[in-house]
Amino acid sequence: MAEKSIDIKGLTKKYGEHIAVDNLNLTIEKGEIFGLLGPNGAGKSTTILMILGLTEVDSGSVKVCGIDSSRYPLEVKRKVGYLPEDVGFYNDYTGLQNLMYVARLNDIPEEEAKKAALEILQEVGLEDVKDNKVSSYSRGMRQRLGLADVLIKNPEVIILDEPTLGLDPEGVKKFLQLIVRLSRKKGITVLFSSHHLHQIQQVCDRVGIFVKGKMLAEGKISSLAQQLFSKNAFTLEGGIATLTEDVEPPLPLKEMVQKMKAIPEVAHVELVDNGFVVESHRDVSAYLSRLIVKSGYGLNFLSKREYGLDDIYYQYFQEDKNR
Amino acid sequence: MKNKVLRTGISNLKALTISDWTSNLHSLMFRDEDAGAGKGNFPWGPFKAMVQKEISDHFRNWRFIILFAIISMACMGTLFATLADGMKAIAADSSGNSFFFLNLFTKSNGTLPPFFGFVGFLGPLFGISLGFDAISSEQQRGTLSRIMAQPVPRDSILNAKFLAGIIVISVMFFTLSFLVLGSGLIAIGIPPTAEEFMRILVYTVLSIVHVSFWLNLAILFSVRFKQSATSALLGIAVWLFCTIFYPLIANMIIKAYEPSKFAAPKAIYFYEKLKFYLGQIMPNELFDGITSAILVPSIRSLGPLSMEQLQGAIPSSLPLGQSIMLVWPQFTGLLALTLLCFLLSYLVFMKREIRSRG
Repeated sequence: MAEKSIDIKGLTKKYGEHIAVDNLNLTIEKGEIFGLLGPNGAGKSTTILMILGLTEVDSGSVKVCGIDSSRYPLEVKRKVGYLPEDVGFYNDYTGLQNLMYVARLNDIPEEEAKKAALEILQEVGLEDVKDNKVSSYSRGMRQRLGLADVLIKNPEVIILDEPTLGLDPEGVKKFLQLIVRLSRKKGITVLFSSHHLHQIQQVCDRVGIFVKGKMLAEGKISSLAQQLFSKNAFTLEGGIATLTEDVEPPLPLKEMVQKMKAIPEVAHVELVDNGFVVESHRDVSAYLSRLIVKSGYGLNFLSKREYGLDDIYYQYFQEDKNR
Repeated sequence: MKNKVLRTGISNLKALTISDWTSNLHSLMFRDEDAGAGKGNFPWGPFKAMVQKEISDHFRNWRFIILFAIISMACMGTLFATLADGMKAIAADSSGNSFFFLNLFTKSNGTLPPFFGFVGFLGPLFGISLGFDAISSEQQRGTLSRIMAQPVPRDSILNAKFLAGIIVISVMFFTLSFLVLGSGLIAIGIPPTAEEFMRILVYTVLSIVHVSFWLNLAILFSVRFKQSATSALLGIAVWLFCTIFYPLIANMIIKAYEPSKFAAPKAIYFYEKLKFYLGQIMPNELFDGITSAILVPSIRSLGPLSMEQLQGAIPSSLPLGQSIMLVWPQFTGLLALTLLCFLLSYLVFMKREIRSRG
């Protein structure tokens, strides 16, 4: 069961004085979709390059499917499909020709490769344009061709470096769905790097947060949220207004705050001008809105604050400082 | 007695070297097996695919087509000029030597430089144009990291680029040589002798080696520099330096050492040697030496000769073997320069980190 697709131990990479990846430990199990989340320059790409043996490891070890990738990079590359960020193709060749070339580099017999290529092109939705030159492809099509390119060697592990960069929201959604579908269908392990929390949330089983070469936290998305925002998993923001034409005067604000605090699971209430911020352990927006209206106020808006990556590592830095 | 000792000595030596060889061979094979168990055999299929792709890219490339057109037109031009009104000159000139056909390659009527001049001059440009964006363009297009993520050894891409370049150059040069040969044959009506033919073949092979040096230099630049334009300019700069500026500099140095008419023979000898060796550093000078010795069989030495060395020499042309012996140092030098460039590109490329773009 616990077969490890990727096993990283004490991985370190330095560029001169700068430490790009600092003593990284990570294991990814077979069939898992793992999201590597981190801001630009966090060392995500460097880690990926080391997994593939495309750059030298300063210390530590990387094993992919049980094979040491700094010693036997060829074996690893046979099993791993890698989609680099901002992937490039030979523009004078058609999509199919590009795929066939990669198949030839993988020593797949011609007939078999052709069959597989057509199948995969259909799967990623490029069968209509397979004989067009890649120079005529849009960004989304290139990205999908990149995925096809990764899949043609029938990999056990695929590594996608910022695959959604530069795609429109619709394209991102489709692309992510495609990845999940293919991974589930063929039992492929996926390592997915991104700096968008939402995209990672949509598809990944497990997430690692990677900042400044260190893994800050890793785990399932839900547990990660608890890990990070244990006190206040939900934050609601609202705007209130006093309606002048009302005859009855509204409840004093202080009293309303008291009532808000009385709602079960609410941890903290703060008043800001013309509004409030409520932190709670679970979603209390329904209770809040009823309370506000009952108290004689108008509700301008009520929104859940989403946590982006910024908030997450901001949170971590704060904790670091407090320590 | 003496003979016997010598013979046993030789047989001992033979036994020694042979056993050495076999043990070496054995260890070599053993090592191969060892590596084979760990890494699998060298993937020839992918390598072939890479070479094929590079060759077809070259042939489809406008750059190649244009350069090929220029070179072939220049060569044809000289050929026709030679044939049109140089015939008499050739005939008159060939009274002394029997290598009539080689004149097609080396003589001209003066309006255009001879065939070998064109090849020597444009060949380097051709090599540079085939290699200057070999690696850097892959990097810029973002295809390098994609290819390097495939199960091919990293050096395969360098080897494939180099081999494809050599094949393209070989095809081109053999085509040109045979074109000149063929049209000469039609125009003159005298077939070349076997030796002439061999000389032309050797010359063609050696000019391929020459161009492959420039190809390698260009590949080295393309590995080292990220912008194709930088490496192209640098390649052309080196070429210009070798063909134009270096001779000027060398001339200045030689002028400074020029002995008077009445200087001691030693001083004159030193001066001649200096003149010779200063020339020998540059690849195109090496190639010039090679061309003249191979295509003009009457050339007996590329360096200075003393009167003693000339004494007793019969004024005839050298056989092909001797001509090749004559240019062997030059050939080795050219090959060494080529390998040096190749080695440097290896050193730079093998440890390089390959990012997607940039």
